[in-house]
Amino acid sequence: MGRRVASLLVVAAFFAAACGSSSSTASSSPSATPLSGNISVFAAASLAASFNALGTSFQRAHPGATIQFNFAGTPTLVNQIEQGAPADVFASADTANMQALGDAGFTTGSSHVFAHNKLEIVVASGNPKGITGLADLAQPGVIYITEGPTVPAGKYALQALARAGVTVTPRSLETAVTGVISKIELGEADAGIVYTTDVQAAGGKVAGVPIPDADNVIAAYPIVAVKGSTNLALANAFIAYVVSDAGQSTMATFGFQHV
Amino acid sequence: MRRERAPLLIAVLAALGAAFFIAPLVGLIVRTPWGSAVQSLLAPDTLQALRLSLEASLSATAIALFLGVPLAWVYARIDFPGRSVLRALTTLPMVLPPVVGGIALLLAFGRRGLLGAWLDNSFGITLPFTTAGVVMAETFVAMPFLVLTVEAGLRSMDRRYEEAARALGAHRWTVFTRVTLPLVAPSLVAGSILCWARALGEFGATITFAGNFPGVTQTMPLAVYLLLETNPESSFVLSLVLLSVSLLVLIGLRDRWLGTA
Repeated sequence: MGRRVASLLVVAAFFAAACGSSSSTASSSPSATPLSGNISVFAAASLAASFNALGTSFQRAHPGATIQFNFAGTPTLVNQIEQGAPADVFASADTANMQALGDAGFTTGSSHVFAHNKLEIVVASGNPKGITGLADLAQPGVIYITEGPTVPAGKYALQALARAGVTVTPRSLETAVTGVISKIELGEADAGIVYTTDVQAAGGKVAGVPIPDADNVIAAYPIVAVKGSTNLALANAFIAYVVSDAGQSTMATFGFQHV
Repeated sequence: MRRERAPLLIAVLAALGAAFFIAPLVGLIVRTPWGSAVQSLLAPDTLQALRLSLEASLSATAIALFLGVPLAWVYARIDFPGRSVLRALTTLPMVLPPVVGGIALLLAFGRRGLLGAWLDNSFGITLPFTTAGVVMAETFVAMPFLVLTVEAGLRSMDRRYEEAARALGAHRWTVFTRVTLPLVAPSLVAGSILCWARALGEFGATITFAGNFPGVTQTMPLAVYLLLETNPESSFVLSLVLLSVSLLVLIGLRDRWLGTA
């Protein structure tokens, strides 16, 4: 009995912390019952490492709750949700796809931007082709691959190239940032444009070449609870955790920028 | 002859089993926007994917015939140690997840692969992200269908014609081209059609090994998959095209598979 009271106190304390620290965020429903059950979080592929860490710490704080993640390219996730995949939370790598899902009537309320990200050129470890900037991507002998134009990273990459005035034909349009990273890691391609966080998450297996701010694009990541969620309380609690100070500092350790 | 009646439970389960296969086909046909079907089919991107798919799958079938018929002949006629192991290895792609096949191809023929690195350094040839890479991926996945079909044909043919030809003084090569091949022609045709259909539908090995770019490596199945995210109705139309091809293949091979019922 004492243990249950203690866990209730922990939950209450968590909610106080979550709500107190993020005044402008989703109202997490402060219920008296401990959070339990499970939710599916559909998140952009570039969030895989950071959200796995957030999920681990969230579940440690709420032993009764289970979070399952589905990481894929953002348009793939939108399509899955529209086709009836059981999602409770959706975290997008851009606002356009979030807007599309909202227009189709699959979101509850308005979404909250919880992270910002920047683009970086990704090259093989040690940068064997000596790539120093966007213009080098168009050099003959450099195999450049990117994400398809419907994938947020691919769309941002096109914007960055346009700002830099660089015209380059990619050799492949991958369906997610992870495809670009892995093909460069395997040595099949020489360069791609991904998020700075992806380069950091890959560790020493690939290297990054910065893109100057003038050409760079800031990606905004919105998150929302999906309409029809069977556990809206848990879904909102997870969202509240992502935007809380604790969640934001976890995101920062993975290279995301504070909102 | 007395007609047998199915027990109720079996009849119900059999109907459910059949419905499981019919429902998706009906779903596709019902949801296809027939009004704009022709327009979707004639869109430049679609035609490009269709042309690439035809070229790549026909090339893959040609390579499979060129290399697969000799392989089938060796399996059927030459007894050597390790034959069954070798046959199992060369037919593995039939049951292997295609994505795994694509990864294996990358590790062998990719720019840093076992043979690919040598190809790149010696001849400047790289296969990933090229149409040749698509053909390779399709051949890898589809050729076993041809090999097994032709081998079965070779094993079941009447060897006495070959022996007679040999006895009359024909060279072994002449016997192969003038006697053996014509006798297994039905197996060659069936194997080629199966191989071509499998190559046409190839997805996993292609996107993994060859990547995805319109006009170069984006075949019909890749286009269908990606269109689902941007233009679902077009992807329905393309799906129906691929479905029709499969159906035609099945009808063409009905004597082999469906019996004469």
